[in-house]
Amino acid sequence: MSEKPVVIRLHDIRRIYKVGSEQIRALDGVSLEIYQNEYVAVMGHSGSGKSTLMNLLGCLDRATSGVYELDKQDTTRMGNSDLARVRNEKIGFVFQSFELLPRFSALKNVELPLIYSRQAVWNRKELAHKALERVGLGERTSHRPNQLSGGEKQRVAVARALINNPSILLADEPTGNLDSKTSEEILGLFRRLHEEGQTIIMVTHEADVACHAKRIIRMRDGKVISDLPTEEDTVWTHRPAGAGR
Amino acid sequence: MNTILSLPIRLLRLMAQSISLALVQIWVNKTRSVLTTLGIIIGVASVTAVIAALSGLKAKIMSDIETFGTNRIFIWPTRPDTGKYKNVPWDSIRFKPEQFEGLLTYCPSVASFTQIDDERDSIRYKEKTLERIRLSGIESAWHQIESRPVIIGRAFSAIDQTQARSVCLLSQNLRDKLGMDRDCTNELVTIGYRTYRVIGVVENRPSMSMIGGAGGNEDYEVFIPFQTMYRNSGNRMWFMVMAASKSADVSEEAKAEITFFLRQRRHIEPGEPPTFNVQTVESEVRTFQKIATRFTLVAGAIVGISLLVGGIGIMNIMLVSVSERTREIGLRKAVGAGFAAILTQFLVEAVVLCCIGGLIGLGLGQLLTTIIAHIPQVDILDKAYIPAWAALMSLGFSAFVGIFFGLFPAVKAARLDPIEALRHE
Repeated sequence: MSEKPVVIRLHDIRRIYKVGSEQIRALDGVSLEIYQNEYVAVMGHSGSGKSTLMNLLGCLDRATSGVYELDKQDTTRMGNSDLARVRNEKIGFVFQSFELLPRFSALKNVELPLIYSRQAVWNRKELAHKALERVGLGERTSHRPNQLSGGEKQRVAVARALINNPSILLADEPTGNLDSKTSEEILGLFRRLHEEGQTIIMVTHEADVACHAKRIIRMRDGKVISDLPTEEDTVWTHRPAGAGR
Repeated sequence: MNTILSLPIRLLRLMAQSISLALVQIWVNKTRSVLTTLGIIIGVASVTAVIAALSGLKAKIMSDIETFGTNRIFIWPTRPDTGKYKNVPWDSIRFKPEQFEGLLTYCPSVASFTQIDDERDSIRYKEKTLERIRLSGIESAWHQIESRPVIIGRAFSAIDQTQARSVCLLSQNLRDKLGMDRDCTNELVTIGYRTYRVIGVVENRPSMSMIGGAGGNEDYEVFIPFQTMYRNSGNRMWFMVMAASKSADVSEEAKAEITFFLRQRRHIEPGEPPTFNVQTVESEVRTFQKIATRFTLVAGAIVGISLLVGGIGIMNIMLVSVSERTREIGLRKAVGAGFAAILTQFLVEAVVLCCIGGLIGLGLGQLLTTIIAHIPQVDILDKAYIPAWAALMSLGFSAFVGIFFGLFPAVKAARLDPIEALRHE
């Protein structure tokens, strides 16, 4: 693992919200490194700081203090427009509720990040097609979100996340709105992407989802309480078959 | 090569995308969009219709003046309000025919002139008498200046003038009214208590809508030599002079020459205000045009306020749109849309909305203009049209309203925090 380059390096990250006179330490000194082609699950109960961590990793939010390096670039010193560019080029988001634009076809939805790309992209349609094929939806490109099943919607969202070949794929409860069968489908897709070399970070509170990852980071009260390979993660009560391979 | 070209290409692409996106949004919310732009539509329609009506009015009056002749100059005696001649007797103010002798020689910009005076008198032919007929004393240059030639017979000759002959010319209408033959030369008519021989017929005055109301008794005119009228008055008659400059372009020069000439002839001391007035039609036209333009602008500005009111509607609906699409904005930001991209998207949407409203309004304005121009009985608005500048101004103003009132909602959208936006229900 350590021979692979570092994609994410967090050093003593703190994120403090002020609510009235009260200070809420959403993240309280988080330091971790994530290497290329890792498949990481971030677990924790609500209020543990995992969502805040996710927003920070996705450059949607800024740390109050600490250093966050993404691909060896210090993001903490970047301006808003540079952060937007980082989100566009290096980060692919997958959300719990898919966040597809309802009036656009699957293809148009997948194309969306290319609109905001710095480079003039002439083969947008082609790229979007390829991304949809990669998630197994090559046939349903012209359908609108309301004509797609939940699993298909999430796969469109994954295709959208992948279109700019991001350094990291950030998935926030990607199976939260799906039944168990489709959840398995999506997790199978993630596994395949991981095998293809994609770095994936997934936030979840479900153990049987998290155990698909190779490394599990557990959080509580804004701190990392355990960070172990899935096999060594001892908190398991039961381990679903085929998990943690 | 890519880096040099990529910026303008990206900008163009961004615009094209924003516009197509805006059109999609507007199309999806058809009813709402139409209701929103109603203010703009009505505003632009009324602005253009009002300007069209005023422009038509102006065009009509201008064409009247064209027929009237823009190279005409009027000269009449007045007593100045100040200076040495303030209190001189009125009798010394009036013009005397000898003061105009040699005017054409000394005023090279003047083509011709006629001394003229109008009176009212009765006219009798055989058993038929008409009261209060317009009786004018003129010289032969009058026909050319007024563009009203003698169509039968001849104009007054120099001998008619010098000998103050009792001859007269009739207008076509008067000849017909008196029941005379088409060629009525050598017939005798009685004007007042003097008998005149008819030597010709003058073309009727052209009918004009705005100036010198035609119709009624004004169409029955009889003309006698100016000298005849002057002598009949016992050489004590007030009269004025009508001149024509060689072209409308030199009417100011002609005015200056006449002023100089008359000051000498009337022995007005240097620095004293003159005891006469010289007025060119050209300057009247310019004054009129200035007033008309100002009037149009003021009317346009007043109606333009309705466009601003329409703009508030645009702002309102854009705010609704931003709040409805908060999650979409959040997502767009998450996938890399910066402040500028979101701002452009919403600003372009507002501008496109306003411009569509402007175009519809322009169409409606054209419809209104056509209706105005075709109202029967009202012929002074026949020439109503929307000038190109008004059409462009309306569209430009619509776009401006879109930018102005779209800016606040667009900035609001662009400033949204992506995390908050994605959490929005």
